[in-house]
Amino acid sequence: MIALVDYGAGNLTSVRKALSAIGADYCTPTAPAALESMSAIVVPGVGHFEATRVLDQHWRAAIRSAVERGAALFGICLGMQWLFEGSDEAPGLAGLGVFRGSCVHLAGPPHGTGPFKVPHVGWNSLRFPGLSMSMSGLAQDTQVYFTHSYVAPVVPESAAVTTYGVEFSAAVEQGRVAGVQFHPEKSGDAGLRILKNWLDAV
Amino acid sequence: MLSKRIIACLDVRDGKVVKGTNFEGLRDAGDPAELAARYNRDGIDEIVILDVTATLEARQARAHTIHAVAREIFLPLCVGGGIRTEADAAAAIEAGADKVSLNTAALHDPSLITRLAARYGSQAVIVAIDAKRQNGRFEVYARSGTDHTTRDAVEWAREATGRGAGEILLTSIDRDGTRSGFDCELTAAVSNSVPIPVIASGGAGTFEHFSEVFTAGQADAALAASIFHFNEKSVSELKYHLRSRDIAVRL
Repeated sequence: MIALVDYGAGNLTSVRKALSAIGADYCTPTAPAALESMSAIVVPGVGHFEATRVLDQHWRAAIRSAVERGAALFGICLGMQWLFEGSDEAPGLAGLGVFRGSCVHLAGPPHGTGPFKVPHVGWNSLRFPGLSMSMSGLAQDTQVYFTHSYVAPVVPESAAVTTYGVEFSAAVEQGRVAGVQFHPEKSGDAGLRILKNWLDAV
Repeated sequence: MLSKRIIACLDVRDGKVVKGTNFEGLRDAGDPAELAARYNRDGIDEIVILDVTATLEARQARAHTIHAVAREIFLPLCVGGGIRTEADAAAAIEAGADKVSLNTAALHDPSLITRLAARYGSQAVIVAIDAKRQNGRFEVYARSGTDHTTRDAVEWAREATGRGAGEILLTSIDRDGTRSGFDCELTAAVSNSVPIPVIASGGAGTFEHFSEVFTAGQADAALAASIFHFNEKSVSELKYHLRSRDIAVRL
């Protein structure tokens, strides 16, 4: 069973629909204790990093403990950013810290402004630095749907990199923890393939 | 590279696409879900459902339409027309919309933009502006082009952005339905004045009109309804045309 964590950051209808489409069994637990029996956890979310404050020490402890015993973890959009150490969008609020670095605004320092509109909305291409579980079977430059203003840095665990004025992590993966900045549930066949890759691996 | 988006608009009334279609092989040419599925196969980047009916019964029908379309596609879905309150927006989003488009309601109560952006994020809030060339500028109309507001389109787009809009859906009333091309001057004026994406609408007739609005018009996306419904030309042919003009698209 997959736990879809509903912490009030955006609407889950699309994610639920996509999980159903790939044949996943999921539930939306209301308390962190329920994560103990889950084989995988999905942290979705759109909106402000501040929304992740709801994922308090109890949720974080439960998610960490689930991952330590071998459960898979998948973050989508804000849910992926939360896997990093934090974000300039909500200074002082820590992320889960699985990946090093902090998320920064697309037009903000240290990148300066440019001819790039923010938010970054629409279809942009993925570049894969190496092989990964979640991106397997996808051609270089596959396009997926993004909508966000903050980006996570490129790290050694980046499974996909996208360029929009700056290079940022479009996907990260380390062991059974993965995350994507884009919306696989809104990215047509490519997006469903990525979710299916993940489901098959867990 | 970020692609220019091609968006299909389904004008819906009482659960049917009203501008009509002549696609072969559809069981019911006026069925929004079947049309959306067809566009999806043809490579559309996004779907907008514009439902102009506003009675209570129609609103329930709208939720049914949104749900039926959302079931067919794994693409961004925007719903507009008659979104007047937070409850209207919530119902559309619950039914499967990713974004709502506000027009008249935002003009009457601009704080609605901010409230919805706070609740769902700016990416979920599109402000639709219907503009007409008048008095040497572009003036905004409300209520499907029937109410003259005397507001300037560029100035209103700036205000809407400041209040939390995530995108602007800009329709030229002068060009709408004429198939004589997008109003590139209007589109560029707004696009160059706001930091958020601008979707051009009104006037699509040929593939060249799309390449013009993406270059001269500085549009981030282009929306059309009847050209896709009636033309033998398809979304994928349009995209190959755009790529041949060095315009980034998703193929």
